[in-house]
Amino acid sequence: MSKTLGFEEPVVKLREKIDELKEIANNADVDMSDEIETLESRLQQLESKIYSNMEPWDRVQVARHPSRPTTLDYVQELFTDFIELHGDRYYGDDEAIVGGIAFFEGQPITIIGHQRGKTTKENIRRNFGMPHPEGYRKALRLMKQAEKFNRPIICFIDTKGAYPGKAAEERGQSEAIAKNLFEMAGLKVPVISVVIGEGGSGGALALGVANKLYMLENSTYSVISPEGAASILWKDASLAKQAAEAMKITAGDLKLMDIIDDIIPEVAGGAHRDVLAQSKSLKKFLGLALDELSTLSERELIENRYDKFRKIGEYIELED
Amino acid sequence: MAIRNLLSINKKKNKGVIVDRNKENSFPADLMTKCPECKKIYLTKELESNLKVCPKCDHHYKMTAWERVEIFLDEGTFESFDENLRTSNPLKFPSYLDKIEVDSQKTGLNEAVLTGMGSLKGEQVVVAIMDSHFRMGSMGSVVGEKITRAIEKATEYELPFIIFTASGGARMQEGVISLMQMAKTSVALKRHSDHSLLFISIMTHPTTGGVSASFASLGDINIAEPQSLIGFAGRRVIEQTVREKLPDDFQTAEFLLAHGQLDAIFHRKDMRDKIASIVKIHRKGGIVHV
Repeated sequence: MSKTLGFEEPVVKLREKIDELKEIANNADVDMSDEIETLESRLQQLESKIYSNMEPWDRVQVARHPSRPTTLDYVQELFTDFIELHGDRYYGDDEAIVGGIAFFEGQPITIIGHQRGKTTKENIRRNFGMPHPEGYRKALRLMKQAEKFNRPIICFIDTKGAYPGKAAEERGQSEAIAKNLFEMAGLKVPVISVVIGEGGSGGALALGVANKLYMLENSTYSVISPEGAASILWKDASLAKQAAEAMKITAGDLKLMDIIDDIIPEVAGGAHRDVLAQSKSLKKFLGLALDELSTLSERELIENRYDKFRKIGEYIELED
Repeated sequence: MAIRNLLSINKKKNKGVIVDRNKENSFPADLMTKCPECKKIYLTKELESNLKVCPKCDHHYKMTAWERVEIFLDEGTFESFDENLRTSNPLKFPSYLDKIEVDSQKTGLNEAVLTGMGSLKGEQVVVAIMDSHFRMGSMGSVVGEKITRAIEKATEYELPFIIFTASGGARMQEGVISLMQMAKTSVALKRHSDHSLLFISIMTHPTTGGVSASFASLGDINIAEPQSLIGFAGRRVIEQTVREKLPDDFQTAEFLLAHGQLDAIFHRKDMRDKIASIVKIHRKGGIVHV
């Protein structure tokens, strides 16, 4: 992997040591297989210890990993005959959101997702996965199209947030997001949303009013970025690590709060280590969710979505 | 009226009040007010009898939720909903509930929105009025729940729903639960709308963030008070992102109107009459077939 995350350092260092030892053994023609074996089993232990004890901030790092699979990576693995459909029909085509139609295990489906880049060049093209209003309007257009042809909708959420720019405000960023929340509530087809990376605030939620809401194990979903929270709470963005804990943004936190339906496990160390294996487990969840939702009538789908969001909130109700 | 006249009236009435001329803002807090826009100084009473609109420059001051009830609905008709809901502290943020308690004392509200039913020039309506004096009008669970319940009552009774928004956005101390209130209120509005019922959103200063990006923008008719700040992202964040200076009128009601985001801007003195007209035009069964 090109980028080592802080918390993984002991693993990487040990792996380097083993490689070094192997090379020495080869060149010097001495038998070090016992030592190597010992170290390798220690590496295994260390890996499982580190990757099963990840702190919220570690998960933020994995969620932001430059090589983390994006919407189009999963599209390639999960669907066949994908055809990308562009444009909102009002203003332009926002490449920070991709959408299209395809087959999922033989079933026609509409796919919509935030699209980040992995390189600087790609990120500039994709505006770092931060949509303008036309991105959300394209998403809504494709959802309404899916509804017309009775296709289920799968959304991949992966954004730091809706783009905070001048043009975005001029063209109605708020209205575009709000309209998606409103219209998604009434869709007569199954909607499944999966947070695959960062789920940043309203810009994420605008693809998230779903019947089934899942998060990949190392993804995050929050009302504000840890850096933003830290600078507001403690006037210091460098306390992001503490904010990541306080804000309860991990998949585990959201499952505990009963906001998401399930956590989709990731391969050890994060989805970027094995996109194929990750796609397989993702596919399993999507298949089960589609089977389950296909038994609901149009009305039941809408009611199911209503009830799902209606119940979110924690408050005290005093007796009158 | 010139300032020195005001001061002399002041002296005649109450000799105990001495105005320190060295300090610009040291007028007795409740007696006189200085307009933050045009810097004119006038009697607070004069401001209050003018619906808290500056008599000189038309600057619309913030209002409390109860003040709005008073100027907007028919006298004595308002019935408040869900005063028994209380904020909890799901993320266990230190001193969060203490801050809520302070604002609750200050405003006489259980949370940052007042909801209820009343009549508007004889028309029965359900209203929600946000109050920016309570945690900047931010939306946590109780705000989301009160607004959702109000919308559901409007749906049940087949009534128009009218909201006055005033909010900095989602409330950070309740984390992602606050974010989800955007979805909760929106699904309730969709159901209300599917019953062919009227929703009027009246955006007042300020309406930003998650509130702007949910119910505030979803009115069948979207209205704003003059010069209100309305927008998704904060000005500072945008300036840092795009690295350019934004125009002075950026994210004002007038800016939004010019960019096609609003139906109209109504002066506060016209708000009651004009909204009542909109409600009457949408009255169910209003059409008489001959």
